[in-house]
Amino acid sequence: MMTYLLRVLACLFICAAIPAPAHAQDQAAPVQQVLQAHGEVIIKSSRRTIGPTIDALGASGLPEAQTVLQRWQDKEMWFERETGLFVFAQEQDDGQLMLFDVSDGAEIGLADKKAYKQLKPNSGIRGLIAAALVQFQLNAPALEERLVAVNSIERDADPSHLEALRGAIENEPDAALKARKLRLERLLTIRFAQDDAERITAIESFSGDLGVDLRAALNPLVATRIDAGAEVPEGARVIEAGSEQLSREDAHAILVEKGLARPQISRDALRAALIENIEGDAVAGIRVATLDTDDARTGAYAALVEAGLADPLVSDADITEALQAVQFYEVFTGAPVSVAQAAQIALDDIETRVALSQTADLALDGLSLASIYFLAAIGLAITFGVMGVINMAHGEFIMMGAYTGYVVQLFVPDYTLSILLAIPLAFAVTFGAGVAMERLVIRWLYHRPLETLLATFGVSIALQQLAKNIFGTQARPLTAPGWLDGSWVINDIISISYIRIAIFVLALLFLGLFLFVMKRTRLGLEVRAVTQNPRMAASMGINPDKINMLTFGFGSGIAGIAGVAIGLYAKVTSEMGSDYIVQSFMTVVVGGVGNIWGTLLGATMVGFLQKGIEWMNPSNTLAAQTYMILFIILFIQFRPRGIIALKGRAAEA
Amino acid sequence: MSRKLLAATTALVCAGALPALADCPVKVGVLHSLSGTMAISETTLKDTMEMLVDQQNEKGGLLGCEIEAVVVDPASDWPLFAEKARELLTVQEVDVIFGSWTSVSRKSALPVLEELNGLMFYPVQYEGEESSKNVFYTGAAPNQQAIPATDYFLEELGVEKFALLGTDYVYPRTTNNILEAYLQDKGIAAEDIFVNYTPFGHSDWSKIVADVVALGADGKKVGVISTINGDANVGFYKELAAAGISADDIPVVAFSVGEEELAGLDTSNLVGHLAAWNYFQSAESEANDAWVAAWKARMGEDRVTNDPMEAHYIGFNMWINAATAAGTTDVDAVREAMYGQEFPNLTGGTAVMLPNHHLAKPVLIGEIQADGQFDIISQTEEVPGDAWTDFLPESAVLKSDWAELGCGMYNTETSSCVQIKSNY
Amino acid sequence: MADTALPAPRRPFVARYPSVLIFIGLLAVFTVAVTVLAEGFGIGVVSTSFVKTLGKTLCLCLVALAMDLVWGYCGILSLGHMAFFGIGGYAIGMWLMYARTEIIVTESLAAAPLPPTAQEISDGIATQIFGVVGASEFPPIWTFAHSLPLQLLAVVLVPGLIALVFGWLAFRSRVTGVYLSILTQAMTLALALYLFQNDSGLRGNNGLSGLQNLPGMDDVPQATISIVFFWASALALGLGYIVCAWVVSGKFGSVIRAIRDDEARVRFLGYSVEAYKLFIFTFSAVLAAIAGALYYPQAGIINPAEIAPIASIYLAVWVAIGGRGRLYGAVIGAAFVSLLSTWFTGGQAPDVNLGFYTVQWVDWWTILLGLSFVCVTLFAPRGMGGLIDVIIERRSPDRHGADLGPEPGALQEKEADR
Repeated sequence: MMTYLLRVLACLFICAAIPAPAHAQDQAAPVQQVLQAHGEVIIKSSRRTIGPTIDALGASGLPEAQTVLQRWQDKEMWFERETGLFVFAQEQDDGQLMLFDVSDGAEIGLADKKAYKQLKPNSGIRGLIAAALVQFQLNAPALEERLVAVNSIERDADPSHLEALRGAIENEPDAALKARKLRLERLLTIRFAQDDAERITAIESFSGDLGVDLRAALNPLVATRIDAGAEVPEGARVIEAGSEQLSREDAHAILVEKGLARPQISRDALRAALIENIEGDAVAGIRVATLDTDDARTGAYAALVEAGLADPLVSDADITEALQAVQFYEVFTGAPVSVAQAAQIALDDIETRVALSQTADLALDGLSLASIYFLAAIGLAITFGVMGVINMAHGEFIMMGAYTGYVVQLFVPDYTLSILLAIPLAFAVTFGAGVAMERLVIRWLYHRPLETLLATFGVSIALQQLAKNIFGTQARPLTAPGWLDGSWVINDIISISYIRIAIFVLALLFLGLFLFVMKRTRLGLEVRAVTQNPRMAASMGINPDKINMLTFGFGSGIAGIAGVAIGLYAKVTSEMGSDYIVQSFMTVVVGGVGNIWGTLLGATMVGFLQKGIEWMNPSNTLAAQTYMILFIILFIQFRPRGIIALKGRAAEA
Repeated sequence: MSRKLLAATTALVCAGALPALADCPVKVGVLHSLSGTMAISETTLKDTMEMLVDQQNEKGGLLGCEIEAVVVDPASDWPLFAEKARELLTVQEVDVIFGSWTSVSRKSALPVLEELNGLMFYPVQYEGEESSKNVFYTGAAPNQQAIPATDYFLEELGVEKFALLGTDYVYPRTTNNILEAYLQDKGIAAEDIFVNYTPFGHSDWSKIVADVVALGADGKKVGVISTINGDANVGFYKELAAAGISADDIPVVAFSVGEEELAGLDTSNLVGHLAAWNYFQSAESEANDAWVAAWKARMGEDRVTNDPMEAHYIGFNMWINAATAAGTTDVDAVREAMYGQEFPNLTGGTAVMLPNHHLAKPVLIGEIQADGQFDIISQTEEVPGDAWTDFLPESAVLKSDWAELGCGMYNTETSSCVQIKSNY
Repeated sequence: MADTALPAPRRPFVARYPSVLIFIGLLAVFTVAVTVLAEGFGIGVVSTSFVKTLGKTLCLCLVALAMDLVWGYCGILSLGHMAFFGIGGYAIGMWLMYARTEIIVTESLAAAPLPPTAQEISDGIATQIFGVVGASEFPPIWTFAHSLPLQLLAVVLVPGLIALVFGWLAFRSRVTGVYLSILTQAMTLALALYLFQNDSGLRGNNGLSGLQNLPGMDDVPQATISIVFFWASALALGLGYIVCAWVVSGKFGSVIRAIRDDEARVRFLGYSVEAYKLFIFTFSAVLAAIAGALYYPQAGIINPAEIAPIASIYLAVWVAIGGRGRLYGAVIGAAFVSLLSTWFTGGQAPDVNLGFYTVQWVDWWTILLGLSFVCVTLFAPRGMGGLIDVIIERRSPDRHGADLGPEPGALQEKEADR
């Protein structure tokens, strides 16, 4: 019995001992004290209230403050639910926590995760922490830390950074970073410097620059406010009420706000006043039942006014009188007048160049869209343009190519290699599918083009559903290799992602390939011969069946590669093909059937047109697509054979 | 109070005396598209319902009956939602329907539900401005998702300029309308709100992303509120990543991007962007651990859980409890019993069914992580769902209260019921 | 010569076309049977939802008839006829929504302390209708929505005018064959995209809903409404069939068939090919719109997805499966495929267990449809109507080569080659 008890006791002791930390937390450490002083605020974790806490840590002068801030920012700080003590912690695989002391980083030991709660500073708080860390990082020995500091100033500057930054420029060993720091110093000077002359010099030093950050620094300086008063203060610009800049209504509203005029009685207020004064079945002696027009109501209101039961309406004359009693003027609110004017000059100067750059950027977007349309349509330019086969399943070949890319990425984790593998594989898969479809379906229907359309549509919906059954309905990832991430930035306005450049290059390559195959190879010669006159070609020893099969396969194969490219920049779903099919047909038809240059022109026209319409109505992309299609319909009505129309016999074939 | 007591007493009597009163089996209609464009999202919910029904049957079913799920496929074809709803209610004679995803599909089924006095649980976040006697909205109303997320942008991230990007349909349109009014209320100037609508499945995002970047030119912090739907998000986030826009520069909060949508993306470049929901798979609670484990065991390791699934989880369990309390699956009795039903949600709190047919649920904001999950960085108290938003003048005066007023569109100004049926 | 060849005595129209009589007879029997079995006035064996399905199917048969007229008889493969169908639905839907909302708003405003002004009523209706899409003003497109006769006129006029203008432009430029198909497809795509926009004023993606609730008829049960609409649909289909049969009979019919078989030859013979085509195109568009105006009050909701290009392609599929160039073929095709589709997607079709894989029809039905379509095109260009040929032992002339048209006697490859 005794031994049993002892055993139990021993067991209890051991059990209790295991979770006990190997190294007790130092509760009295100064940094823990600082944290505890702000414990509630830290746990509440709101940007609104956290400022003083971060400042306190930053200003504490403790050497460990930087580490605490950094690890807090990295979401590595936890607190014990019971005691509210802060620790650093790392999650272990088994769901336990490895704890470290906040003051010296010493290992405390394992603990149950449930007893602790992670602090998750949101990105607003992380930004504040980063701003506080700047003072430690700006002169840090490691280049990366200094980079982080400069990044966080660029992101969220604070007046105190100006001095800190100035002190950190001289000794900067890295030339590139030094240049950035210099630029940043000038930007901060514009924003925060006390001396007006200094600010103006800084503004002028930027001539020729059109960075978003510069405009972001300048624009707040030229902010204005329209005000009214008996006299116009110095440096303000007088404006007339009722002018384009300030309508009468707005001017009146300003006066109402300042208490210098009476507000107009709205229709709702009028109605409310009437309702308030209903007595029995009448208002001011007028029967309620008759008040079903605005005129009747105004009349009844006038009666109320006469009876002294309501405020009189504000007449036009009242407004005019009120407006004439004061002067309206515009004042700069963001900066002293001299600085604001310098900023305004700089901004005006930038404006034209910004507009030019925006046009260039729009043109790049248009070009990129055109190359995507071209890529989607080029396979169709072969099957439809050259062979005259309406292949409604063309979009599904694009989809098959994209899914091939996805499957390859499942097996080959290296993105570069997988894309290099995916392109030929996608070609092979869709080439095979194209040949199979040509052999099984299309060759029986060469003389019945309308029925080809319907039969291939059948194939299209079957393939789409098949893809859904195999891959599911959710979009699948097709990830571009790392070297295609990011974009080519010419300036802050003109930029284009590398993936789009790659698509553009691919489109050019295909154009070259197409021209080469058609114009320079035996196959191309035979294709052209079969297209023009199959019977004659056959009697020359060309096998039209084989040529048709190969041509169709070639067109389908190119669609497959286009699928990989489109999947890389957009999405891979079973329905992606149907997004492109109508546009592709229109590209080919607009350009002119049977001519690759026509397809190129068609794609360019469609791409630029769409971007142009989007630019005119930036809030509604759908409208742009609608009007583009309407335009194409009209275009085809007036040029039924497309931009480049084939003439002579070929056109009749 | 007395009504509840009466219901409880009736329930007791019924349960004691006539245990086999309900027709066995109890039929639960599942009205989710299994084909067509919406199958992407809705198939998961069908699987969820089947799992919930199986789980309940293991626990002994309902009112001594086995529960049977009747699954139909409205094929993402909106008129079919009306047709299939009628079929479920009159031919299959189901006791309750769980279904719909898009607003238009709900609006299609509504007249049928109201005509035949059916009962539907709608599990998706939606634009509000509707209240039907026959629908329980277990997803978020705008004030349970959009407004708190916007507050988060204003308060926590200090955003001063907003880009509201959405797919061109009702939910984004109405939500953005509400947000525009709300932001202007909060002192954001109208010219600091940029709105853009794109078609479903839009893929060419370069210009729109460039427009958003250009918003930063006047020195204000820009934030994007995205109501972009479905696959279009893939292209959007790819373009964001390509343009090198980090969440610290221009944060994006999405209302329609959950764990399922992220499965189609490489999220390593999107870390830090946000989503607002009432549930994330990463929520820490025992109920959630069990739920996720059960789902993965049934559907496969790589499957994820999401917010509408939780909505069905809460809705189904509440319905079971309400039917048990009422002792019958009769629609009117169950509806009465639904008010005030409480059920623990998966994020650790308790969901309450309000008389306006909405739930009180917490609002969670999560940051996208590299593994495609969300890191929950903010969680509010339970927020009661509001059918009619307070930020649009026409609907500010409206209120919905089916328990006391018996009206879903009650004008508090004139103290009259605008209409008993819902507006569809 | 002229005086010796007396015109043959003209037999009555129906006697020359017995198929019309048979069709009308079958339709009448079917209508009576459904009425007897339905809930509205009969014994209630057939559910209201199925009556609605049948009524809608009749409307689809009518639009298929229109499609057959334009494609099967005139050789114009229009991939845009569902656009006209949809416009018809929108036109009637606008009135249904307006009138229904007007009743609600007037009732609710009657409780207000002041009698409402006309403006307040109109604002109230607009807020009710457009509140869900975040607007509260009436777009100009709704100008006539308050009036049923005007909207009924719009059902016919708007699609008719669109078809007339579009057809005039296209036929004038001699856009033919697949180009015309692509162009019509672009037309329906443009219309669908336009309607998808909220700014179009027709509630964008949400479309018009609650159309099954006829204004002022809240007390009439849907069982009755559904059977009345079923009758209306049957009547429309019957009349449509007779009119179509009359159009394709006689000389006019011969000319349009000739245009289908060889447009150039007809033109050389001095016929104004464009005028004939324009007439058929516009007429079929109007027919489609009438079908749409009957369809959507039964479906309950119309939205832009109904007009998407795929819908029109499906329409062509129905006609092809049923058999082009014969009116009953279109009807059979539309009825067969749409009812089968309802059955398969309804989840009633039993799963097929193959041991290693269970075929769920929800997943495989579309594939089956797609492939069967390929097969019909390849192996049975006459579609299901061809079966009737086999039954009544009608033979097509023994010519060589593949036929270019679906009709017996159509021009065949060997002759057509130039």
